[in-house]
Amino acid sequence: MSQSCLLKAKNLSQEFSGTTIFKEVNLYLAEGELICLLGVSGAGKTTLFNVLSGLQMPKSGHIFLREKEITGEAGHLAYMLQKDLLLPYRTVLDNAALPLLIRGETKAQAREKAAAFFPEFGISGTENKWPSQLSGGMRQRVALLRTYFSNDGAALLDEPFSALDTITKSAIHHWYLNVMEKIKLSTLFITHDINEAILLSDRIYILSGTPSTITAEIKIAEPRPRSSDFPLTSTFLDYKKQILSLLRLNGAS
Amino acid sequence: MHKKWTNITNKLASPLLLILLILLWQAAVDLRWIPRYLLPSPTDVIAAFFSDFSNLMIQAGFTLQETFLGMLIGVCLAFLTAVAMDRFEFFYHALYPILVITQTIPTIAIAPLLLIWMGFGIAPKVVLVVIVCYFPISVSLLDGFRSVDPDTVRLMKTMGSSRLQIFRYVKFPASLSRFFAGLRISTTYAMVSAVVAEWLGGTNGLGVYMTRVRKAYAYNNMFAVILLTSIISLLLMKAVDLLQKFCMPWEKSEKQSSKTN
Repeated sequence: MSQSCLLKAKNLSQEFSGTTIFKEVNLYLAEGELICLLGVSGAGKTTLFNVLSGLQMPKSGHIFLREKEITGEAGHLAYMLQKDLLLPYRTVLDNAALPLLIRGETKAQAREKAAAFFPEFGISGTENKWPSQLSGGMRQRVALLRTYFSNDGAALLDEPFSALDTITKSAIHHWYLNVMEKIKLSTLFITHDINEAILLSDRIYILSGTPSTITAEIKIAEPRPRSSDFPLTSTFLDYKKQILSLLRLNGAS
Repeated sequence: MHKKWTNITNKLASPLLLILLILLWQAAVDLRWIPRYLLPSPTDVIAAFFSDFSNLMIQAGFTLQETFLGMLIGVCLAFLTAVAMDRFEFFYHALYPILVITQTIPTIAIAPLLLIWMGFGIAPKVVLVVIVCYFPISVSLLDGFRSVDPDTVRLMKTMGSSRLQIFRYVKFPASLSRFFAGLRISTTYAMVSAVVAEWLGGTNGLGVYMTRVRKAYAYNNMFAVILLTSIISLLLMKAVDLLQKFCMPWEKSEKQSSKTN
C-alpha cells in the first residue's frame, strides 16, 4: 500500500441464507489506479460490487474511502453496469449531467460542466440527441461520462463493455485507455475477459474458489500509454498464461 | 409497389365503408323503407346540425366544462393514489382490490343516486366523470411507476439520489406513456358519462338538450347532438395525442430508430 490509498476493503464477507458468496476479501485501490477484478462466472463479482457501492450491507468487514468508513453507504462510489441504463426521456447531455443535478447543482451549471467533457469523450454533436439515436458503443461512452460525474473519487465498472461486439469492444478499449490518460479516474473494473483485464489494468485481483476470495494479485508492469499492439506482444501472452494457470489451479481445488 | 397499394387500400377501407353505410341510410329514408318520422336521413341531420349550431355550441360548452373539471379532479386523485400505492406497499394491498371493485359498478346505475344526493347542478355530473376517469388513470400511472428497471433505481441510489429525485428523474417520466394511454381511454368515457348524467336531470348541457328534443320527437335534432358528441370525443382523443407528442418528444425518435434497426 504505497501511494495514497483511496479505497480499501478489509475482510469483507457476504452470505445469503446460509450460503457464503465470498469471504475475507481484502483489496485496495490507489489514487489514479485502474484495477481489474477477474473471476469466472458465479464467483460473486457483482455481489462484491454491490457491497462496495453500498447497495448491500456486508455480513462482516469494512470499507474505507480516504480513511473514512463508508460500509453500507450508497452515494460515494460511482457504479457503471453492462447495461448503459441511460434514461430514454432525457437528452444525452441531460443524461450525462444527471449526477450533478442530483448533487444539487442548477440545471445550467450541470449542463455547462457536462458539455465541456463531450469533446474529450468523443461524443461531441450528440448533446441534444436522444439516447435511442446512439449506437451501443456511443451509449457506453455517455454512461462512462455520467459515471465520471457521479464519482466521489473512485468508480466501479461492472463488465461495462461485455455487451458490445468484438470490433466495437476493441475500439472502445482504445478509446477508454485514451480517456483514462486524461481524466485519471481511479477505477475498479470487473470482467471475465482476460485480454481486457491485462490490456486495461495496473493490477489484477483474481477472485476464485467456493466460497470465493482473492487468491492472487498480479501487477501488469507495462507502462502507459499502452499501444493497441500490446496484446500481440510476448509479455502480454506471458501474463495471460500466468492468469490462466492461476484460474485453472483454483478452479480445480 | 404492391405493398404500397395494399397500404393505401387498407387506409381507405374504413372511410369507404362509412360513406357506403351513410349512402345506404340516405337511400333507406329517401326510398321510404323507413318512415322519416322514425329515422331522419343524414342530410336532415346535417341540416339540423347547422340550423341549430349556435345552441349546440352553448350546450356543448356546459358538457365540456363538466368533462374537463371531472377529468382534472380525476387525474389529480389518481396521481395521489398511484404515488401512495407505489410508495407504501400497505396502500397497494389495501386499495387495489377496491379500485377493481369500483370498476364493476355500472355507472349508469349510480348516476340517478348521485343526482338525488347532489341535486340538478353541475356536481353529480362532475362526480360521475371523476369516478369514470379515476380507475384507468390511477392503474396506468401505477403500472408506469412499477415498470422502471430496478437496476436504474440502484444506479440512482449509487449516485446518492433521494426517493423524491428517483421519482422525479426516473419513475415519473417512465410512467408518462402509460399515463397517456389511460388518459385516452378516459377522455371518451368522460364525455359520454357527462352526457349520461345530464340525461337524468339538469338544466344545461348536451344530455339535457338530447332528452328535450327526444321528447319533442325532433329526431333530426337528436341525431345532430349525437353527431356533435362523437366529433367532440374524437377531437378530445386527438388533443390527448398532441399533448402526448408535446410532453414526450423522445418517443418519436424511438419509433424511428426501431424502424431502421
